[in-house]
Amino acid sequence: MPVITFRQALTDTLREEMKRDEDVYLMGEEIGVFEGSYKVTAGLLKEFGAKRVVDTPIAEEGFVGVAVGSAMLGLRPVVEIMTINFIILAMDTIVNHAAKIHYMFGGQNAVPMVIRTPGGGGQQLAATHSQNLEPWFAHVPGLKVVAPSTPYDAKGLLRASIRDNDPVLFLENLALYNVKGEVPEAGTDGADYVIPIGKAEVKKEGTDVTIISYSRMAAISLDVAKRLEEEEGISCEVVDLRSLRPLDRETIINSVKKTNRAVILEEDWRSYGIGAELAATIQEEAFDYLDAPVLRVGSLEVPLPYSKPLEVAALASADHLVESIHKVLEGKRR
Amino acid sequence: MTTETKPDKTAPAGAISETAGGLSPEAIKKEDPATLISYYHMMVLIRKFEERSAEMYTKARIGGYCHLNLGEEATIVGLMAALRPQDYIFTNYREHGYILARGAKPGPVMAELFGKSTGVSKGRGGSMHLYDKNLNFLGGYGIVGGQLPLATGAGFALKYKEKDGMVVAQMGDATTNIGAFHESLNLARIWNLPVMYLVINNGYGMGTKVEYASAQPELYKRAAAYNIVGERVDGKDPLAVREAVKRAIERAKQGEPTLLEALSNRFKGHSVVDPDRYRDPELVKSFRQTDPLFNFARVLEENGIMTAEQDQQLQEQVDQEVQEAIDFAEQSPSPEIDTMFDYMYATPVANAIDPQWEQFKHSKEAK
Repeated sequence: MPVITFRQALTDTLREEMKRDEDVYLMGEEIGVFEGSYKVTAGLLKEFGAKRVVDTPIAEEGFVGVAVGSAMLGLRPVVEIMTINFIILAMDTIVNHAAKIHYMFGGQNAVPMVIRTPGGGGQQLAATHSQNLEPWFAHVPGLKVVAPSTPYDAKGLLRASIRDNDPVLFLENLALYNVKGEVPEAGTDGADYVIPIGKAEVKKEGTDVTIISYSRMAAISLDVAKRLEEEEGISCEVVDLRSLRPLDRETIINSVKKTNRAVILEEDWRSYGIGAELAATIQEEAFDYLDAPVLRVGSLEVPLPYSKPLEVAALASADHLVESIHKVLEGKRR
Repeated sequence: MTTETKPDKTAPAGAISETAGGLSPEAIKKEDPATLISYYHMMVLIRKFEERSAEMYTKARIGGYCHLNLGEEATIVGLMAALRPQDYIFTNYREHGYILARGAKPGPVMAELFGKSTGVSKGRGGSMHLYDKNLNFLGGYGIVGGQLPLATGAGFALKYKEKDGMVVAQMGDATTNIGAFHESLNLARIWNLPVMYLVINNGYGMGTKVEYASAQPELYKRAAAYNIVGERVDGKDPLAVREAVKRAIERAKQGEPTLLEALSNRFKGHSVVDPDRYRDPELVKSFRQTDPLFNFARVLEENGIMTAEQDQQLQEQVDQEVQEAIDFAEQSPSPEIDTMFDYMYATPVANAIDPQWEQFKHSKEAK
């Protein structure tokens, strides 16, 4: 199977879906002539023209709202928000409109649209350009939120999102774009796979502890799990959520019932975050199976500082995850 | 391209327009009498529907917020008279009359206000969120300005699909101060979208005067900043509104957006529960002297199109129509609790149901 980058998987998928369905179009700041701030849309303006690769002014509420309205008339916009930090300008149209229209108007009108946007820190972009705001969207009924961690999942989930008739927030991560992984070659058997929204995946089986994560942190979790197994003989099971809303509680609970211990790795802030929801779910549905408190590793609750040593110290990390795994395993007979 | 009514120097402070405009005998003669009667009929229906809605609100049949179109009837009827089936409408939350004039039956509209399963939004939306896809009436929206980018997007889709049609983005005067207004007009211009932005200027955003809130209180002039045509029209004259909208449709065919400002008066407070203490009672009383409904009836009678007797008959007929709508709403069932999660997602998805739902069901069975 060919090995390609996360970015390439996204670009390929956008191209394939645009070829498959003429109602699919792209919209966003600097996605056409400039080819995208992170080059995910590189080459697509040339291939599909300005009608279907639409450069916008800097007007997030305006153009995301345009995407919503166009979706109400049957188009399938895939909007790029340059980074998730700028999505704050478009919150009204996403939360009050895209998420509500199908339900509030009695099912008369679907809103088939995708908002792609990268989050995450670690690039020394300081406090306003390094956030992980996905909990805001995962909180809202009516939205679907997906957060893949591999090129393979990125492709399958982006396909699913574009073909879905509901508004989907497709979370990317600045530090994932160059990550490589296997993706089936177009035209080969099984290449047109779709990953269902709302389903987590056990990325690695294990027996000692469950690590639950998503997006870039799931990739880090998998690395840590492999390392701990080789170096220390700790058997970690890694659950990659892939979808934050709806949340696949069953896969999480089944894993915790098996391992009896859980550590959550999230890049967002812990207070009221994704991990808080996971920990609450685990204690509600698997309390009797737990042999230790559920631990959460997240980023420190500060506006992320610019200085490299401060930034590194503030972000959720593999080291913090390892420490927490050791802690949760204290007293366990192995 | 601008038709502007002059401010009435004799009107009390706060009034923004004078008497109803161009309903001259010459203008009336050019019209089909039956059509004029149909306009009047719809204006009466809106008036009576809204008066009974207020009554139903005080009787607690209607909940939440309830904003009435009293005083706005001529604008609504003029607008809908010009629109074609292929046109789309997005409005704010003061929209009962708009969906009626677009062709919705009064029964399902009243049923929505009552929160019933037979309502136009199946009891999910209420007064502020009326919807009828079959009529291309794509929603009343409760968030000020929220409908404007959406309407702009509908215009984008019409252009993308190379379909004929214009989108109306209706709003109140205060909405011209929000960012979404400016972003939408800018986008409509740079992409040449067939959208008409319709500002109902009734002088007040809730209790705040236009002159206080808007640096340019002549709101149609804001179009200049976006290089589009701005017009101001007397919203108390259905024919003037109709003609202005027709001009916007012609522009839309050329990919030209329009900003149309209709001057109107709000007869009551912002919503049914607003005691309207911030406006001079004399001013509000003066609105009745230029009541678009009574004025239109007078014009029809003076021009021999309608007799007082016919008017009386029509009034009684509409009373009956509205009563039937209320009866329909009263007799309709509320949505079943079991339908709670219907319409959550257009594409079914695993794990979409709140786990509390199952828990709640068990506890209900246990009882």
